[in-house]
Formats: sequence, structure tokens, C-alpha cells
Amino acid sequence: MDNLLSITTFLPSIAALILTLFLRGNDDAANRNAKFAALFATIATFVTSLFILFGFDPDDVGFQFVEEGEWLFGLKYKMGVDGISVLFVMLTTFIMPLVILASWNVHTRVKEYMIAFLVLETLMLGVFMALDLILFYLFFEAGLIPMFLIIGIWGGKDRIYASFKFFLYTFLGSVLMLVAMVGMYIDAGTTDIERLLRHPFSFEPFNIFGFHVVGGLQTMMWLAFFASFAVKMPMWPVHTWLPDAHVQAPTAGSVVLASILLKMGGYGFLRFSLPMFPIGSEIMAPLVLWMSAIAIVYTSLVALVQEDMKKLIAYSSVAHMGFVTMGIFTFNQQGLDGAIFQMLSHGFISGALFLCVGVIYDRQKTREIDAYGGLVNRMPAYALIFMLFTMANVGLPGTSGFIGEFLTLVAVFQENTWVALVATSGVIFSAAYALWLYRRVVFGDLIKESLTSIQDMSRRERMIFAPLIAATIAFGIYPAPILDIIGPSVQALLEERNAALDHAFVVTQWALN
Amino acid sequence: MESFVLFAPLVGAIICGFTWKIIGEVVAQCVATGLLFLAAFLSWVIFLTLDPGAHELGYYNVSILRWIESGTLSTDWAIRMDRLTAIMLVVITTVSSLVHLYSFGYMAHDPHWSEGESYKPRFFAYLSFFTFAMLMLVTADNLVQMFFGWEGVGLASYLLIGFYYRKLSANAAAIKAFVVNRVGDFGFGLGIFALFFLVDSVYFSDIFAAAPVLAETKIAFLWTSWSAIELVCFLLFVGAMGKSAQLILHTWLPDAMEGPTPVSALIHAATMVTAGVFLVCRMSPLMEFAPNATAFITFLGVATAFFAATVGLVQTDIKRVIAYSTCSQLGYMFVAAGVGMYSAAMFHLFTHAFFKAMLFLGAGSVIHAMHHEQDMMKYGGLRRVIPYTFWAMMIGTFAITGVGVPVWIFTFGEIPVGFAGFQSKDAIIESTYAAGSSFGFWALVIAALFTSFYSWRLMFLTFFGHARGSKDTYERAHESPASMLVPLGVLAIGSIFSGMVWYQSYFGHVDYVAKFYGITFTELSESGHLESHEGDISADSDKVGAHHGPVGSGDSERHAAEHHDIFSGQPGEGGLYFSPGNTLLNDAHAVPNWVKTSPFMAMVVGFIFAYWFYVLAPDLPRRLAQNQRPLYLFLKNKWYFDEAYTFIFVKPALSLGRVFWRRGDGSLIDGTINGIAMGIIPTLTRFASRAQSGYIFTYAFWMVVGIAVLITWMSISSGG
Repeated sequence: MDNLLSITTFLPSIAALILTLFLRGNDDAANRNAKFAALFATIATFVTSLFILFGFDPDDVGFQFVEEGEWLFGLKYKMGVDGISVLFVMLTTFIMPLVILASWNVHTRVKEYMIAFLVLETLMLGVFMALDLILFYLFFEAGLIPMFLIIGIWGGKDRIYASFKFFLYTFLGSVLMLVAMVGMYIDAGTTDIERLLRHPFSFEPFNIFGFHVVGGLQTMMWLAFFASFAVKMPMWPVHTWLPDAHVQAPTAGSVVLASILLKMGGYGFLRFSLPMFPIGSEIMAPLVLWMSAIAIVYTSLVALVQEDMKKLIAYSSVAHMGFVTMGIFTFNQQGLDGAIFQMLSHGFISGALFLCVGVIYDRQKTREIDAYGGLVNRMPAYALIFMLFTMANVGLPGTSGFIGEFLTLVAVFQENTWVALVATSGVIFSAAYALWLYRRVVFGDLIKESLTSIQDMSRRERMIFAPLIAATIAFGIYPAPILDIIGPSVQALLEERNAALDHAFVVTQWALN
Repeated sequence: MESFVLFAPLVGAIICGFTWKIIGEVVAQCVATGLLFLAAFLSWVIFLTLDPGAHELGYYNVSILRWIESGTLSTDWAIRMDRLTAIMLVVITTVSSLVHLYSFGYMAHDPHWSEGESYKPRFFAYLSFFTFAMLMLVTADNLVQMFFGWEGVGLASYLLIGFYYRKLSANAAAIKAFVVNRVGDFGFGLGIFALFFLVDSVYFSDIFAAAPVLAETKIAFLWTSWSAIELVCFLLFVGAMGKSAQLILHTWLPDAMEGPTPVSALIHAATMVTAGVFLVCRMSPLMEFAPNATAFITFLGVATAFFAATVGLVQTDIKRVIAYSTCSQLGYMFVAAGVGMYSAAMFHLFTHAFFKAMLFLGAGSVIHAMHHEQDMMKYGGLRRVIPYTFWAMMIGTFAITGVGVPVWIFTFGEIPVGFAGFQSKDAIIESTYAAGSSFGFWALVIAALFTSFYSWRLMFLTFFGHARGSKDTYERAHESPASMLVPLGVLAIGSIFSGMVWYQSYFGHVDYVAKFYGITFTELSESGHLESHEGDISADSDKVGAHHGPVGSGDSERHAAEHHDIFSGQPGEGGLYFSPGNTLLNDAHAVPNWVKTSPFMAMVVGFIFAYWFYVLAPDLPRRLAQNQRPLYLFLKNKWYFDEAYTFIFVKPALSLGRVFWRRGDGSLIDGTINGIAMGIIPTLTRFASRAQSGYIFTYAFWMVVGIAVLITWMSISSGG
């Protein structure tokens, strides 16, 4: 099939379109149909994406399954995947059916809800596959809209505040990125990402408003992209939208946000910042490393004092994303491998943790940690699953959470031991906040009146967790399937980056002489 | 076979933990226990038949599966089988299988659970899982797999300490254990990162081979440049400090006694806490090149041995006394490793596993009999009530205090006669003296005195005198069932004989020790004639046998005078590495007789004081505590470590978190961003009053959209 990527990407949207056009009514039957339609659509998408995975050749470091064509207004449509993006595609298609399944208890405006998620899936998949700048931008920004609606319509009581904060933050960054993209088009004369990757952007220093900019255009563009990706990650100190967004979002929204949307920033760094602006990246790397290290400690400490479960896990997410940015900007194989692995693993683990919160939120309608305690007495299965993901979250070896953390830390030690020291101390704090949360919610005697009749997990809920458990443990013990796919592409990326840096060094030396 | 030993406990844990509802509680427990006994049997087979000499470098590897591979970093799941591993295998599986068996009786009727609640399969599953993780730790052939085991045992320990999950104190202790261990892991992790940075590999074989090079290497770490090997050894030792509860990071161990007693015996006495000692011994090829790091290890070991012994003097909870005793004995092991006598450290680890596990299981038996009363002040006179337990504890006490015949009076061949702790503790104390650390020597002797005192104090308070507990409890007190007494009996045999049987292997002459571990040694005869022995080559070992005669023959005495063998292995060869300059083993045997006798004297003095305080004049301790109140409180409150840590670390961390959250995220970041958002709206004053309602964002939103459209239009019209 020549257009496997497009089929995968737009399959959910087609399902959404069908729902829009043909599903009428607001009774139970209609709602059920909407849910099943969405579930089937997402599962079908997952199945088609498996063809991508099995057809993917890890040793070919170029883009595969490339599709190219003309589009509206002379814009180009180009899609493709390489070793860096293909697993994000898989992550998205893997998580979405679980997200739909986790939304079975939604009762208000079910059809619209499902449509929003299906459209969102298309847009997210598009981000990871787009090989054209404009196309990427469209997917990247349009993805905000369904998420914005999901929080704004199906969210908690402060949802308007949270959704606007979310939108404003992420959009502000995007504007700068857009400016940089326009600049890239002017400089390179193309919007084709494949060609942009080979285009040497100028790094001649210049002065702007009296500031001497080392690295010139590359640094400026790098900063513009950084503004967008850093917010998406989110990196400290522009992370404050995330806890609010998570708290107000419905469970499924949180899962998508944590599992997939947060990965777009990291993916952006790997697709644009690092290969296209190697000099800019090199210049700014110390800043990113320090921001990451601070993020890990700062947000872990903040997580320690949270009273709302979702906020706690949201802050923990920020800390884990700190490992990702840190790994990326070490510019070595372990760092990049680790960063990508960490993103994928965080997709399973944080998604599962938000689902864990969802399970008890569905029953008690509160996320206050103090409202719980002693759940193990009535919910042993839940206690076991929550324990597993708590341990995965603190990076216990044998779970996938360990590998990303370990690799990024190994990598950063080679670059900057101070950052390594600060970041490694994160393992202490993460254990503290995660276990303390677990103790307050699950352990202890069950004395709260409201919890005396709480039910353990239903079959549907267990079905949601089963694949996540399998993935977390399997990839923790045998990560080779993932590392084998990302390894060659990362290696190629680093080789080109190093070549560009060497070249730049030669040029600078020549100019100095 | 190696793989079977490794995975049998895991299979047991899975079957027991997940299928007990189907196969029934008792069957599930039996499966877990049965698999462990099988593993223990095979471990002994491996231990007794292992011939390091038959393998090229004194060890062999069994590959299982690929693990992390990224660039030049690669790790496998694999088993490294050498003497060090084999020792740990028997220690772990033996104690673990006995503890499994013991738990049948001990956990039968637990007052923490109501009728009909199933907790036993969970308990057995955790125990088996722990055993698996511990085996992973000791069989690892690379640092990352070792770290897997390291964290795995941490998890198991956390789960088992918090086994009574309804008890808040148990939960708190569990978290404390995990988090304090993580502080150690922080150092361990940095050590692994540094080693990978230096050697570009995490495999032991590569790391050990690089040791001589590392000794000459400098590494930039933090503000300055360090000797690479010293730094690495120090960082790895920080990990060991956490796991083995050495001073500064020891606070979790006494609290860990919240767990059921079999757990304390298995994890917090015999196996997991010795992982740190194992790590230092495993890293002996590095340690030998790091004099400063090992000096620090020695110092901290001495300090811990002394500190914990002082605290043990005044505790009244029977399990806490033994816990501090464990902490103290671990200090001894680190001293041995620190001065370079790794073999003596392993010796004490080995014997300690038997007698300490027995003391704990014996204490468990007492607690069981007394209906879960742990305060020794409420015991007394139990000798007749639970005689078997009494005799088991007695043997354990003989072993830990080091009862034996001083070597200048009588030895059996070359083997000192005494209970297990006698040989191994003396070995450490003699080595310390031989290493020239008189401070260490005296501190350890005093600690031995304290050890004897608190051990006998425990015995006297528990088994002698008159009953101090409630009458009701005493009337219902009963001897434990056979499932609990059999493990005690087996461990008693170990506590009596393990020291004598393996004395030659751990602390005999160089040739015995070298062959035991698979290290090459060189014979230095008086004529100065050098003769190298590759323990691996059978022809050579025949010759060695012919030279020295069988173990224990009178010939050996003469041999010691005539020959001074020295270790001459390469780093990475065999189970341990001794640098050619390390003649400690010979020196330790040559220490003066008064040194060899001093631990014995300390033991006797400690016994006399305990007898005086708790049998002759039972009123004395109370009076002493009143007279020396500040000192008493200082010891009773464990030198106020917990209070200090709460004040220095816990509270500041929490308040820092609050400041970052409210001030940092709230006022500073959100405040600034909201401020900017409002700032760019030209008619600020008009809308300021609406700022609270969220409308402000609507405006800001449309503004941003406007800017975006504007920029797009400009760029397309000019550049496109």
C-alpha cells in the first residue's frame, strides 16, 4: 500500500465524520453506538499502524512509507516515518483505544466527545508523520483545538480557566515558531522537512538591538522553536499550565495529554532543533540541561506537597519530561535513545497513573488525597496495579521507567557532572512523593465512611490496564524491540550533527585566520 | 542448573501470588517453599562442586537475554558464577528456604488479620520474590543487572516491612527504608555512570581489567578533578552504605523491624543487608587500587560497629536489639573489606547469616509464644516454657559473642575450635590489627565487648529471672510448632560448625584461600625461589596438594613457617582480587597472641557484666540509667539521628516544596505570565476589573490569533 500513513492518520477522522453525519439522537442507544464506533475506529487504526511497524526497516535510516502530493493553494502534502517517529505513531494508536475504553462512563454529549477524540487522534498522528513544515504546523496547532474543547466542555469546575491557560501558553509559543518557519522558508526556499534537514542554516553571528547573537540565525530560530516545544513539553518554568489542565481535564483527556501530547515537544526537538540548527543547539545546550535538572528537583519537591492526586502526577510528569530534555541535549547515543525511550515509557506509565486516579474518581468524585485511605482493604486488584505503576514511575529496574531514566543519566554524566548530580537526586524525591501518595491513598485502615462500600475494578477497567501493564513490564525486561528501532536513526542523526559541527568549526577557524 | 536456581523463586512467587485462589492457599505456599528448597539444594551442589580452577579466569558466564543496548552501552541478563556468587547462593537460598518453612508456623495465626482474610500467599509470594531479586543481585555479571537486583530487593523489603499495611508505623517504616536506600542508590547510580564514562562498559570483566588503568586516571567531577578509582569506589560504597545500613544511612534498619519477624531474619539480617558487603567484595579489583576510599570504608565500618553496639545496650524491644546487633556486625564486615581482607568479610557474612538468622527466628519464636509481645521487660523466666527456643537462642548467642577456645590453648589442626562467630569475628579483628589500624582494632574489641553484653542481656532478660509479663500471657505461652523449630535446628548446626568447616577456605593459608576463590598465587619459599601456581591447571594443583598435605595435617604448621605464599592474580580473575602488596592474610596469622585473645577476653568481660547487671543485681541497670540520665537518653534515642534528619532534611524538603509551589509556580511564574498577558492589552485599566473572571484570557487569545494572522500575511506577501 502506498498510502498506509494517510490511511492510518485519517481513519479516525473518517469515523468522526461518519459519526457527525449519520448518528442522530441523544438516547442511550445512540451513545452506545458512538462509543462502539469510536472504539472500533481506534482499534482499526491500531491494526493498520501495525502494518507500518512490521513493514518498517530499522536499518534504513531515511524516511519510509513516504507519500508526496500537491495540496491546496500550492502547498505540499508529504508524510513519512523514520526510526524516531514511527514509535510515537505506535504509541498514539496504542493508547487511543484504551482512552476510548476509559471514557465509557461519559454521559454528556457522548457523540461530540468521541468526535473530539477521534479528530485529536488524526491530528496527533499527523504531527508525527508530517514531512512538510506547513503540514506539521497545521497538525501541531490544530491539535490544541480538540484538547481545548475536551477540557472546556467535559472538564471540572475551573475548566474555563484551565483551558484558556492551556491554549494561551501553548499558542504563544507557537506564534514564535511560526515566525521561525517563515524565516526557514525564506532562507531555504522549501518547506520540505527532508530537504530542510540537509539545508545548512547560517550561523554567522550578528547584532540585534545591540545584542551580539552567537550562532546567528541558527540560535534565533532555535530559540523560536524552543519557545514552542518547551511549553509543550512542558519545561520548567513554563510548566504551570499542565497541572491546571490535568486537574480540570476528564480522565481520558489527561491520559491523552500525558501520554501523547507531551511527547510532541520532545519530538519537535529531535525533528527540528537538533538536526536543523546544530550550532544553535550546541550553544543553548547548557541552558537546557540546567533547566531540565532544575525541573526534576523543583517539580519533585512540589509534587511532595500536593493535596490533589492529579496535580501530584502532573508535577511528576514534568519531572519525567525533564529527563527527556536532558537526554536530548546531551547529544550522545545513550541520551537520545534514553530520551525517546523515556517518552514512550512515560506514555504507558503516566497514562496508567491518570487512569488509576480516574478509577477512584469515577467512584468517589474527588481527587483529594485526604478523601482516601485504606483502599487496599476493598480493592486489592486496584492496589496491585497502582503499586506496579507507582514503582514504574519511580523508575524501578525491570519496568520501562528505569531504562529511559538510566540512559539519560548515563548520558548526562558524560557531559556535565553537576547536572548529573542534581538530576540523579531526583530518584530520591520521586520515591518519596510516589510512595507517600500511595500510602495515603491505598494503605492504612479503611475508616472513611464514604469508602466502606467502594468496589474493586470492573472487568472493563482491568482490560484497559492489561496492555499497559504488559508494555511496562515487557519493555522493562526486554527493551530491545524499541532500542533496535530507534538506535540506527539516532545514530545517523548524531553523525550528521557532528559532521555539521565539525564543518562549522572548520569554517570558523578559517574565518578567524 | 544456575538458571533454575535463579528463576525457581520467581516462578514460586508468581504461582503463589497469582494462582492461590485457584490452587488453594496451602498448595500455593507449599509450591513456593518446595521450589526454594530445591533451589537451596542445587545451590549447595553448585557451591560444593564449584571448581574455579577449571575455568579460565576462575568464573564462567551463563547468558540469558539481551537487555539495554544503546550505542556502546550494552547489558545482558546473565549469570556470573564464581566463588563469590556461589557463597551468596547458598546463604540466600538456605536461609530463604528455612524462613519459608518457618513462616508456615509463624504466620499461621496472625492477630493483625481477622478471620478468613488471606494474607499468607501474599507473604510467601513476597518472600520468594525477594529471594529472586537477591539472587539477581549476586549473580549479575554487570553493574546494571546488579542494580536491578539491588532495587528489586529494595522493593521486596518495602513490601514486607509494610506487610501489615493497616499499621501506620509499618507503612512509615517501609517508606523510610525505600527512600533512605534511594539515597544510597543515588551514589551507586553515579558510580555506575562514572564507570561507564571511564571504561565504556558496565561488565565486571571489562571494569576489572581496566582497574590498573583507572588507578592512574583522573576524572573531572563537580568542581575539581579526582582520582578516578577513588571516586568510583567511594560512590559505589555510598550505595553499599544505604543497603547495609551503615552509619549516616542506617536509620531505616531498626524501623524495618515493623515487618513480620521471618522477614527480619531473611532480609534484614542474613541476606539483603549484606548486599553492600558483597558489592565491596565484588569490586575488590577496584578497591585494591583505592587506598583512600577503602580507608573511608574502614573508618565508617568501625564507627558503625561501635555506634550500633552502644545503642544496642539499652534497647528493650527484642527485635531492635538484634537489629542494632546486625548493624554492628555489618560494620565488622566492612572493616574487613576496607582493610583489604575481603575473604574475612565474606567469612563473617557467611557465618553471620546462620547465627543472625537463627537469633531472629528464635526471637520470632519467643514473640510467637508470648502472643506478639516484643518488649523484653515483659519477658523473663521463659527458659522452662520454651526450652527448644531457649537452646537455639543460646547457640546463637554463643556464636555471635564468639565463644571458642583461644588458639594458643588448642586448635584442631590449624582450625580454631569454637562457634561460627568466633572464627570469623576474630579473623576480622586480627586483620584489622595486622593492617596497622590500632584505632580500628580497639574500637572493634570494645564493640565485641558490647556485643557480648547486649546479647547476654537479651538472654538473661528473656529466659532467666522471674516472669515480668502478664500472668495470662504466660499461661498461654507455648513452644512453637515443628515447622518453626526445624529451621532453628538447621541454623543451629550452621551456627556451630560453619566457622570451623570453612575456616581454611576463607581464612586459612594463602594457597587454600586462593584455590577456594580461583586466584593465582605464588609460592615464596625461604630460598627465595618463586613458583607460580595457576589454581586452574590440574597438574599444578596436584603439586600443591603434594606439597602441603591434606587439610588439618600436622604438616601445615611447619608449612606456615617455611612458606609465605602470596596472591598473584590479575584483577578480574577469580572471585576476589588481592594486590601483590596485600599480604594481610599472612600478617593476620602472625599477630601476637594477646591480639588473638583480646576478642575472647572482651566476650568474657561482656558476659560478666551482663551477668552482674541482669542476674546478680537486676536493680542496677535502672539505677544506672537514672544516674546517667543524659547518656542513657542519648543511647536510648539512638544518638538522635532520626530527630536530626527530620529537622535537617524532611522538614526543609517539605517547606521548600511548598515555597516552590505557592511562591514559585503561583506568584512568580503564573503571576508574571498573567501580568504579561494583561500588559499587552492596551486598555489595561478598563479590563483590569474583569481579570479575575477569566475574560481576560479571551481577549489575550484573540490578540494572539490576530498577531499570528498578521505575521502570516506579512511573510507570505513579502517573502513568498
